[in-house]
Amino acid sequence: MSEVANMETQNLASSKKMLLAMVGIGIISALLIVTTFELTLPRVQRLKAEALEKAIFEVLPGTVNTQAFGVNANGELFKMKEGDKTETAIYAGYDNNDNIVGYAIEASGQGYADIIRILYGYEPDKETLIGFQVLESKETPGLGDKIEKEEHFLNNFKALDVSLSNNNKLQNKVITVKQGEKQNPWEIDGITGATISSRAIGNIIGTSTSELVPILYNHYKKNHQKPKESNEQ
Amino acid sequence: MSNDNSSSEQKVTTTDEFIKGLWRENPVFVQVLGMCPVLAVSNTAENALAMGLATAFVLLMSNVLVSLLRNFVPKQVRIASYILIIATFVTVTDYAIQAISVELHKSLGAFISLIVVNCLILSRAEAFASKNTVWKSIFDALGMGLGFTFALFCLGSVREILGNGSLFNIALFPEGFQSWIVMILPAGGFFTLAIWLLIINGIQTRKTKS
Repeated sequence: MSEVANMETQNLASSKKMLLAMVGIGIISALLIVTTFELTLPRVQRLKAEALEKAIFEVLPGTVNTQAFGVNANGELFKMKEGDKTETAIYAGYDNNDNIVGYAIEASGQGYADIIRILYGYEPDKETLIGFQVLESKETPGLGDKIEKEEHFLNNFKALDVSLSNNNKLQNKVITVKQGEKQNPWEIDGITGATISSRAIGNIIGTSTSELVPILYNHYKKNHQKPKESNEQ
Repeated sequence: MSNDNSSSEQKVTTTDEFIKGLWRENPVFVQVLGMCPVLAVSNTAENALAMGLATAFVLLMSNVLVSLLRNFVPKQVRIASYILIIATFVTVTDYAIQAISVELHKSLGAFISLIVVNCLILSRAEAFASKNTVWKSIFDALGMGLGFTFALFCLGSVREILGNGSLFNIALFPEGFQSWIVMILPAGGFFTLAIWLLIINGIQTRKTKS
């Protein structure tokens, strides 16, 4: 009888010890993670903002100033203020004389692995895309990530046709074709060995341009060559 | 006298703990542990090196903590506590890499979180850190971590040279080199690993014979 009681107290003691150990380690872990998160957050945010800024200047050569825009429910652009959040972010780039150089548009869609986030530059004057950058992707290293590095693929976006037809819609939707089979200026020459990833880029740009290019074109026509407009606010 | 003796013995064993991970008990070539990242992230030298160092860091930190807590954690919950500790340091590493470079985080992204399930780290916690002093565990982790990095780099450099014609993104061959795409694909990982295992085991059998 006394033996049983003894065992019970022992069990109780060891469960207490187990609980204490796990809770203790849990608290240490939580503290460590939260501390690192807090410590790295400002730098991570700064690096991300810098990367975005750099990407905007890269997809819109000749830009000096940028202004972020959002799209409201009526399909019109509005100027974004600090802290505003919308699903589609558009950055207008201005040159020295406050003329619009073009628009950098953020878009995202499903890739081979996880969501791909990209930024592309649109030049309304020539009605073409003039630049492209991947902001975030988890595509297979060495294969899918060729969408960021392969030169012939990136060359697609130096002059990709997105001209509008009379009824204010895209004349031809952007599409990815097999490598070496590009025939029309609105087609993207794909990558052998990264078929899914390069097609995903085509889809993302195709969807995003057919939605946004008409809006941006109108915005450009309205604001074209009206210096100082951007400073009004 | 006896004091002197034990301290010199201590020295020998700590360097030994360090050396064994690099070569005699190399986690990849001899123990064949942690094959998932070895095969998956060794397609370029840069990725291999970054992955190896990230794993070494997690290994070092978790070994230290496991060893510190070895008398405090009851046997029944030891595995759970190891997993918790390892997962913590993986998360910490993930944030740290994000803060170091967005580019690097972009190329490693998915594989960083997979360090959690690297059996090398769990095996060192269970087989070594939970039974040895902090000091010894540090050397064990350094040796094993660097050995792992070395092995990953061996695979990564071969695969990048043959599969992409470059090393650290610097082209090695003149234009027109037909890269072996298969070396970058998963199959290439298996081929390269097999060849390295053959070479290393060949060297070691020769050594023991002579």
